Amino acid sequence: MLGFLKNPVVVTAEINMNLVALTVMGLISRLWGLSYPQAVVFDEVYYGQFVSLYMKRIFFVDDSGPPFGHMLLALGGYLGGFDGNFLWNRIGAEYSANVPVQSLRLLPALAGALCVPLAYQILVELQFSHCAALGAALLILLENSLITQSRFMLLESILIFFILLAVLSYLKFYNLQRHSFFSGSWWFWLLLTGVACSCAVGVKYMGLFTYILLLAIAGLHFWQMIGDQNLSNVSLICHFLARGLALIIIPVAMYLSFFYVHLTLLYRSGPHDQIMTSAFQASLEGGLARITQGQPLEVAYGSQITLRNVLGKPMQCWLHSHTNTYPIRYENGRGSSHQQQVTCYPFKDVNNWWIVKDPGMQQLVVSNPPRPVRHGHIVQLVHGITTRYLNTHDVAAPLSPHSQEVSCYIDYNISMPAQNLWRVEIVNRESDTDVWKTILSEVRFVHVNTSAVLKAGGFMNFHLEVQTGRTLEVVGEKLSKGYHQSMVWNVEEHRYGKSQEQKEREVELHSPTQMDISKNLSFMAKFTELQWKILTLKNEDTEHKYSSSALDWITMDTNIAYWLHPTSGAQIHLLGNVVTWASANVAAVVYMCLSLWYLIRRRRRIYDIPEGKWQRWVSAGGICVGGWAVNYLPFFVMEKTLFLYHYLPALTFQILLIPIVLQHLSDHLCSALTVAWFSSVYLVYCTFSPVTYGKPSLSVAELKQLRWKDSWNILIRKQ
Amino acid sequence: MRRARPAAAGGGAPRMPAAGGGQAGPGPLRRRRREIRRLPGGPARPAALALVTLLSFASRFHRLPEPPHVCWDETHFGKMGSYYINRTFFFDVHPPLGKMLIGLAGYLSGYDGTFPFQKPGDRYEQHNYVGMRGFCAFLGSCLVPFAYLTVLELSRSLPAALLTAFILIFDTGCITLSQYILLDPILMFFLMGAVLCMVKCNSCADRPFSASWWFWLCLTGVNLAGAMGVKFVGLFVVLLVGLNTICDLWDLLGDLSLSLVMFGKHLLARVLCLILLPLTLYTAMFAVHFTVLNKSGPGDGFFSSAFQSQLIGNNLHNVSIPEYLAYGSVVTMKNLRMAGGYLHSHWHLYPEGIGARQQQVTAYLHKDLNNLWIIKKHDLDTDLSDPSSPVEFVRHGDIIRLEHKETCRNLHSHQHEAPLTRKHFQVTGYGINGTGDSNDFWRIEVVGGKAGKLIKVLRSQVRLTHVATGCILGSSGKTLPKWGWEQVEVTCTPYLKETPNSLWNFEDHINPKLPNISLDVLKPSFAEILLESHMVMIRGNSGLKPKDNEVTSKPWHWPINYQVIWWLNLVTIGLYLLMAVSTAVTLKRGVQLTSELKELSRVVLCGGGQITLGWLLHYLPFFLMGRVLYFHHYFPAMLFSSMLTGITWDTLLKFCARVLSPRITARKVYGGGFLALVLLIIYSFYLFHPLSYGMIGPMASDPSSPMAGLRWMDSWEF
Repeated sequence: MLGFLKNPVVVTAEINMNLVALTVMGLISRLWGLSYPQAVVFDEVYYGQFVSLYMKRIFFVDDSGPPFGHMLLALGGYLGGFDGNFLWNRIGAEYSANVPVQSLRLLPALAGALCVPLAYQILVELQFSHCAALGAALLILLENSLITQSRFMLLESILIFFILLAVLSYLKFYNLQRHSFFSGSWWFWLLLTGVACSCAVGVKYMGLFTYILLLAIAGLHFWQMIGDQNLSNVSLICHFLARGLALIIIPVAMYLSFFYVHLTLLYRSGPHDQIMTSAFQASLEGGLARITQGQPLEVAYGSQITLRNVLGKPMQCWLHSHTNTYPIRYENGRGSSHQQQVTCYPFKDVNNWWIVKDPGMQQLVVSNPPRPVRHGHIVQLVHGITTRYLNTHDVAAPLSPHSQEVSCYIDYNISMPAQNLWRVEIVNRESDTDVWKTILSEVRFVHVNTSAVLKAGGFMNFHLEVQTGRTLEVVGEKLSKGYHQSMVWNVEEHRYGKSQEQKEREVELHSPTQMDISKNLSFMAKFTELQWKILTLKNEDTEHKYSSSALDWITMDTNIAYWLHPTSGAQIHLLGNVVTWASANVAAVVYMCLSLWYLIRRRRRIYDIPEGKWQRWVSAGGICVGGWAVNYLPFFVMEKTLFLYHYLPALTFQILLIPIVLQHLSDHLCSALTVAWFSSVYLVYCTFSPVTYGKPSLSVAELKQLRWKDSWNILIRKQ
Repeated sequence: MRRARPAAAGGGAPRMPAAGGGQAGPGPLRRRRREIRRLPGGPARPAALALVTLLSFASRFHRLPEPPHVCWDETHFGKMGSYYINRTFFFDVHPPLGKMLIGLAGYLSGYDGTFPFQKPGDRYEQHNYVGMRGFCAFLGSCLVPFAYLTVLELSRSLPAALLTAFILIFDTGCITLSQYILLDPILMFFLMGAVLCMVKCNSCADRPFSASWWFWLCLTGVNLAGAMGVKFVGLFVVLLVGLNTICDLWDLLGDLSLSLVMFGKHLLARVLCLILLPLTLYTAMFAVHFTVLNKSGPGDGFFSSAFQSQLIGNNLHNVSIPEYLAYGSVVTMKNLRMAGGYLHSHWHLYPEGIGARQQQVTAYLHKDLNNLWIIKKHDLDTDLSDPSSPVEFVRHGDIIRLEHKETCRNLHSHQHEAPLTRKHFQVTGYGINGTGDSNDFWRIEVVGGKAGKLIKVLRSQVRLTHVATGCILGSSGKTLPKWGWEQVEVTCTPYLKETPNSLWNFEDHINPKLPNISLDVLKPSFAEILLESHMVMIRGNSGLKPKDNEVTSKPWHWPINYQVIWWLNLVTIGLYLLMAVSTAVTLKRGVQLTSELKELSRVVLCGGGQITLGWLLHYLPFFLMGRVLYFHHYFPAMLFSSMLTGITWDTLLKFCARVLSPRITARKVYGGGFLALVLLIIYSFYLFHPLSYGMIGPMASDPSSPMAGLRWMDSWEF
């Protein structure tokens, strides 16, 4: 490396030739005819909608991962001048003229192309020969599945790029460690490792596993340094701090910055608002903010409020009542109190309004000055339209017999006295005298007589004659010690009630709220909420025609049809290079068997290969087999719909292992065999390139010939 | 670590404290003197063990018959004990050993199996339940001496062992869990037994193949089988022992003085005792289970038709039914997935907003009249029950109509989305008195069959294809919400993948016009039964998913409890990690330690390491589990945590005492610290003891058991 600095011309020229050639070939293979097909291909339909939302600055939540990958795709759209106007609803739909297809697909394709030189350099840094490195790069170059995945607006190639970049920078850093620590390039590669890791995690959570792998390797290397008696304690601590800074603090900061940019870019309210809390929604432009703008902040006696359940699952809903009563007997013969129904209703409605009343006073208006409600105060909640009191008593709830029924009390049953006092408990209070605040306070209502807590339950359908649609059950939960969001409510709309007369009050309830106070959430509060929602939001587990299980991937028993030409038989499939996949598997098995053999022999003090070679062999395996394992094995415990493309990061690591094993075995292999094997890789690449690039269109007979495995789903157009 | 151990063992620490406190054995005089100083008095150890055991039994057996009601999960496990006594077949998600032992204890103590165990809070009246409780309490009491001996073996320090024992004796949670008819004391007994035997076996490592070595190794295997046989959580202790064994073997392999033949012997001994022996015992347990339970009972429906034919009293036992399926027959159809239900329908409609508002069709695990369907021709609606009409058999490829016998509606599907699996089509009951539309037509096909072949009852695997949309009738395995009575969803899947989900067989077959023949061919082999019961158990376990809005216990809440002891344990884990890391770094930096400190660091890294591994293995996996979790799942981990507390504080106090130079001060600090900890534990017990003896039982008067379970948890809180 120092020679490199003294003699830049000679040394760089040679390396560059290899690298340049590989880069050019990579670029050609990935960028050739990029705007074809001029139609939505597979998951472009999914990521495209987010690109459009970025262009329009509309807020969204995507549970598939953090926002950095989406932002990169959107950057492509931004550079291409995309205005976001396209309806992403169907795979195969033609792109209209305003969609800059080329530039949308450019970034993933570039990332995919750059993986080729990265693979080359990783092998060089692992101290294998340039020949092996060339082999690795060529294998990546001719891998059909990686090509297909890179050529469209998808995230895997970007993820793989950052993963490889992180591995390469760590290796460069580690190799520099021996001669020149704390030098400029040492810092550069160390910091780049951290940055690339955080980018990988920012694109998809899968990147986390490679990050952990690199952290583990760095930890191991540092552990070896601790044992080095030549290093002083001070320099050890410096080393430790440098690594901590670059590999932990910087990635965390970068990760936060992705969200910061994301939240700064998306400031308008949009379709995913309702999963967020009221406070979050109010921070977006339009939507709830328009309604709640100017509400009074402190809830006072006489306030008119709507109460939203904080859980927001299975849907957002507000505490609601209406004139219907519970049926005297349910279908299964149980009795009810026959009082007015209380539910949690998923739509805005005038019946969602409640008035906070002081039990000791009759008036339903806010006094002047307003008397704010504080934590621990006892209140009554009066339903605005019917002026009945929220009540619960020891009667089984409609759907959950072990909980208490909640009703609005009607005074016609002497045997059942009104029990309508509720204690307000602010969950997120800072002190015990906190004031109940609109939107911000999360409140539990504890029933004074029975200590039951007001809770939104499951769907209920069967006894609502009037309402169509679904509504949620509201119960008084007796076993309320555990904290659960379904027992927590917050005030969403709020105004100070002015009219004492019921008629006037009804008019007032129908009118929109207004006044002026703005509420701003801090970035960290928004980040925490958004991050939590991304992690916990569960889409219905969907079955997909092309979904597969993790076991199918090793042998490539499945494929995914990405696109089919509307008229001809031209089509694009995610289909790997069979020879490469098979040899990657063989390489992994050979590597593991050989390692175990060597390891046991070394334990018995029999050294088959020299120490240096063994070290190289182990570190190469640590990266490649380790990378394969951490990117593959977690899928066995994941409960989500899996696709073949999830395997690609693992596959990349496995491919890197092929030349390593080959070089190790090269003494026993004639080069002719290697050439033959490599030409078969090339041949398979050529054979499948029509379904990789989508052209030329093949005839039915040719398509049938491509179906090497019965489990592959090649689309054949019915004549 | 292996090099250090023989020296320490040779230093005079007696290997079996139970056998006697002799400090016999050769060793440097200096070391022996230290041992003597550390362990005051020769007979102290057996006396301590006796004291600990006595206290443990006293705390567990105190007020054992109280309350004379069914408490919490006794309603399940007591009931299952009764099933064994009555020999009726039932299904449970756990392997059978624990319940068999409960049943055995009940049988021996004179319980006759007649108490219904309907719901928590029922009075036992004259039934003899104390035997079963006593058995569980006995096993629960054994935990304390086990933990005591384990810690003593690992740390070679009496105070550490005593501290651990006190924590477990005075922990109200452990006491409560040991006082009722539950699986947990049995599980923990085997679990701690396995750990103790493993540790004992390790300390015999300097004289392999001796009698005591074989004894402890075999006993480890037996305990592993026991732990696995009570609950699948036992798998974690198998993992712990497995990891320990691998480390052990790796050390042996590196020992060049050992020939490969010797190593082979070591390997073989472990394979024999730790793999083959437990497997044999485990299989034997199931053999006993299936032999004992030979009568039909509530668990039949979970198993395949072939299995059911084994059970006395089941309608498939010694079955004789018409062999080939014919039009006009009344049949039940069973889904072929493991624990698949019967095709079922009832008068209730799908609720508003969920597909079309037609009659529900579900899969139901229990036998019921609503599972009966009549096979009809798709185009003919003649009354096939007319005895004069000729019998016509159903053939592969025929288009049929299935009419629900009770409600006279046809099995129907259409392009509405299914209630849970949104990409499938909804299946409903449609039509009035058998008159429907063309969406009621299904093509019946046998797997591997040819057109025109007859369809065999029980043995043919059948696929029903919806003629109009081309989808296949299947059961998704998902549980419907309350409106569907928590039965299993039935859908019509447009994805034509061949899975057991979309295959069915005909089970009952009633047709008076056909001659019955006997079907003995169904008898499954024992291996098949074993495999099937495991599949059913695994499915049952993963089926225990928390429902929406249900308050469940989360693993990260567990170690944080409002009891002093649990806080102590939690703090200790952090403290231990700190100590372990600093010790490891010190050693790695090559700092020269005195022999006493070396011994301390060995205890921290080796002994503490093993225990910490056990704690991690019994705690972390719960974070990955999707099933419903309860607080009591933490107790195995809590055992390890308590042992770690003993070891850590003892080491820490010793270390602190060493730093203070005058002997007297050092001893005072050590003694004072130890006393403070013990007093803290006893004070905590004094504060919380009403929980375990007094107010816990009768409160659980609630009908549904999960709620009663929650209340049990809530009772910890104030």
